[in-house]
Amino acid sequence: MKRLPDALLMAVSAVILGIIAGALLMTAIGSNPFEGYYHLFRGGLMNMRRIGNTVAVSTTLILTGLSVAFAFRTGLFNIGAAGQMLIGGLCATAVGLQVALPRPILLVVMVLSAFAGGALWGAVPGFLKAKFNVHEVVATIMMNWIAYWVVYYAVPAFLKGDFLETESRVLPAYASLRVPWMTNLFDGAYVNMGLFIAVAMIFLIRFMLNRMTIGYELKAVGSNRHAALYAGIHVNRNIILSMVIAGGLAGLAGATFYTGYSANIQIGVLPIQGFDGIAVALLGANNPLGVLGAALFFGLLHAGKGFMNAMTGIPPEISDTIIATIIYFTATSILIGRGLNYLARRKKKGGK
Amino acid sequence: MEYVVEMLNIRKEFPGVVANDDVTIQVRPQEIHALLGENGAGKSTIMSILFGIYHADRGIIKVRGKEVSISNPNDANDLGIGMVHQHFKLVETFTVTENIILGLEGSQVLDRRKAAKRIQDLSDQYSLKIDPHAKVEEISVGMQQRVEILKMLYRNADVLIFDEPTAVLTPQETHELMGIMKDLVKEGKSIILITHKLREIKEAADRCSVIRRGKLVGVVDVKKTSEKEMAAMMVGREVSFKVDKKPREPGDVVLDIRNLNVQNARKYRAVKDFSLQVRAGEIVGLAGVDGNGQKELVEAITGLSDTESGSILISSTDIAGLSIRKRNEIGLAHIPEDRHKHGLVLEYSVADNMVLKSYYQEPYSKNMILNEEAIRTHADKVIQLFDVRSGKGGLTPAGKLSGGNQQKAIVGREIDMDPDILLAVQPTRGLDVGAIEYIHKRLVEQRDKGKAVLLISLELDEIFNLADRIAVISHGELVDVVKTSETNEEEIGLMMTGYKWEEAHEATT
Repeated sequence: MKRLPDALLMAVSAVILGIIAGALLMTAIGSNPFEGYYHLFRGGLMNMRRIGNTVAVSTTLILTGLSVAFAFRTGLFNIGAAGQMLIGGLCATAVGLQVALPRPILLVVMVLSAFAGGALWGAVPGFLKAKFNVHEVVATIMMNWIAYWVVYYAVPAFLKGDFLETESRVLPAYASLRVPWMTNLFDGAYVNMGLFIAVAMIFLIRFMLNRMTIGYELKAVGSNRHAALYAGIHVNRNIILSMVIAGGLAGLAGATFYTGYSANIQIGVLPIQGFDGIAVALLGANNPLGVLGAALFFGLLHAGKGFMNAMTGIPPEISDTIIATIIYFTATSILIGRGLNYLARRKKKGGK
Repeated sequence: MEYVVEMLNIRKEFPGVVANDDVTIQVRPQEIHALLGENGAGKSTIMSILFGIYHADRGIIKVRGKEVSISNPNDANDLGIGMVHQHFKLVETFTVTENIILGLEGSQVLDRRKAAKRIQDLSDQYSLKIDPHAKVEEISVGMQQRVEILKMLYRNADVLIFDEPTAVLTPQETHELMGIMKDLVKEGKSIILITHKLREIKEAADRCSVIRRGKLVGVVDVKKTSEKEMAAMMVGREVSFKVDKKPREPGDVVLDIRNLNVQNARKYRAVKDFSLQVRAGEIVGLAGVDGNGQKELVEAITGLSDTESGSILISSTDIAGLSIRKRNEIGLAHIPEDRHKHGLVLEYSVADNMVLKSYYQEPYSKNMILNEEAIRTHADKVIQLFDVRSGKGGLTPAGKLSGGNQQKAIVGREIDMDPDILLAVQPTRGLDVGAIEYIHKRLVEQRDKGKAVLLISLELDEIFNLADRIAVISHGELVDVVKTSETNEEEIGLMMTGYKWEEAHEATT
């Protein structure tokens, strides 16, 4: 319980340091950082529509971040969120385009198929790790490329659009996660029902990790595989299960992105959100609630950068640079922690 | 010169803990000065200060009467202070000579021959019997330790610090080491011996400084002080070494190992045609030099690794092929050798660790939902019954407990499972006298309750104290099984090298 405030403190200091670094960069290219940040945050929050878009961007990041964080809590590094998300999106899109069902059932089937597709993409590296000790980093990266080429082949072959070879047909409105009341509330923004899925997953995963025997087993395997084995826990089964759940979460991210935020799937793109999930998990200290906060913050930076660019001429890449800087500071948070400790000690000594 | 090394009024504070409080250690030339204390008493800290790894907050260090400042191990080396670490720092694939000159090459071109010559001379001078050209991986652990000693001699150290040097040695090797230490002192060296083994202090040391909870309790003349008195000083109360153990007729066979063969990870047969029975109400001690198949035997019994052939029965059920969990449920408990690797999930709270093998059963969980209250109540019970001292009770992360309390928690968890057969592997490794006494009592209690206990230990003291029968393992084979009352340490020591009991008995009488 004591770990949480520490992690929060580190995350906040990393964010502040990242923002300072971004300000220095803006100054270096001759722009006014105050103006830059003003427009960046305005771009993400200025009206209901922009808030809705920020939340829509964050929705995907919550799920990919949760995927990486969950795997990490169980001792696995899931770099495959991008591929799992892509396959999840492909499955949801295919169901949405090809299957005729009443809308509520169709949406449920689309979401479940996205979860299943992602889960399968996670299960393969999990199996390889459990049975043959193939490192999951290598296996998940390879699965990313397999997903990339599967989509490259499947979309033109089965889901081809009317004009373009490079993307699927556009999903009809009844097969989209967007609902009119949300769209209207947020003034035409991309926000969609994926948000509820993402938030529900946050609390489900949190409950699973903290209160359920399955979470107890998964975390035990993640923290100390040998002790888990000694205690009679099926280590291999848990590794596969962990990757199945992590993959499924990333698959859900695909559903919210390709059938909610967007309305079709393109070939030749590995979704960057899959990799951003690593950053979200890192800043969120692999804690489900931390992931929520980090995803909202990164979503804000992503959503606001275009507006900042339009208003001030500051290149939108500055926003990505800030994210990258925050990652660096989070990754070196041990050093930050030491620095804080040192300052605290010095203060104490000085006071004596 | 009255003292060769003096550490006067040393104080060292870590955040939240005073590791050394006004500690004074004075070592005379040509003496073996023992430093005795429980784990966490501060003996490693004070030696790390002398060796330049930590800096004292207060206090003075004098070497040969001159005040010095030691800011890193190189300074200590320059002052002629050397340390034999508990874990050897040797490159296994290098020869003895290459290891010793490592870091002292001097020029770009190695002159191995000159170095080897000097090492040979030093070895002869102190009768260390070392071959300078042998590869380290090919010599015994006792020899490797002598290489460490030679390393210091080669660097002209004349104050030698030994950090728990006998942990890895057989009784015979220990005895030889004591002889070497005495020779070193005769040749003009001074020795500081860090240990918690009173018998070694009694055998080798001249004077002994006792530290308890960071403070110096006293300095005693070893010849005039009994082991009991020193132990009382160290722990702060009377200690009994002998565990009260009434004779008891053993009951039915609980653990029955028949013609067991086990391969280790490198496909080498590490346990060979091994048969042993442990009955209800008896403790069988398995003695042997480290690395003679004990680990593989334990893994085969507990299910951590597969057997090659032969069978293992617990209360007549063949457990080969059963999962680890099934074995636990049948009545096997296991106090593992490595409490950090196997015994505990250090990131988990003590409470969560106490249900590591039972979290899936009621009342600790129902329908896959953990019952935190039941888990905490259970932890409070074990903590109280087994005297586990932790800052925040069951909520303390297991990694924050001291080694002794971690071990007590594991022992508590395993005994609380009420097992028919308890496998205790090095149950008191690295623990202080107080904790050892406590754990020994608990093991004997299990036996008195009619449970079977298989004790696997490298400490002969422990085996002789607890076991009703002693089995000896050597190169994976059972050498012999003898009643504790009919043998002695010398015989067992010989049997550990492969002699049958009759041969050992004849050789020693």
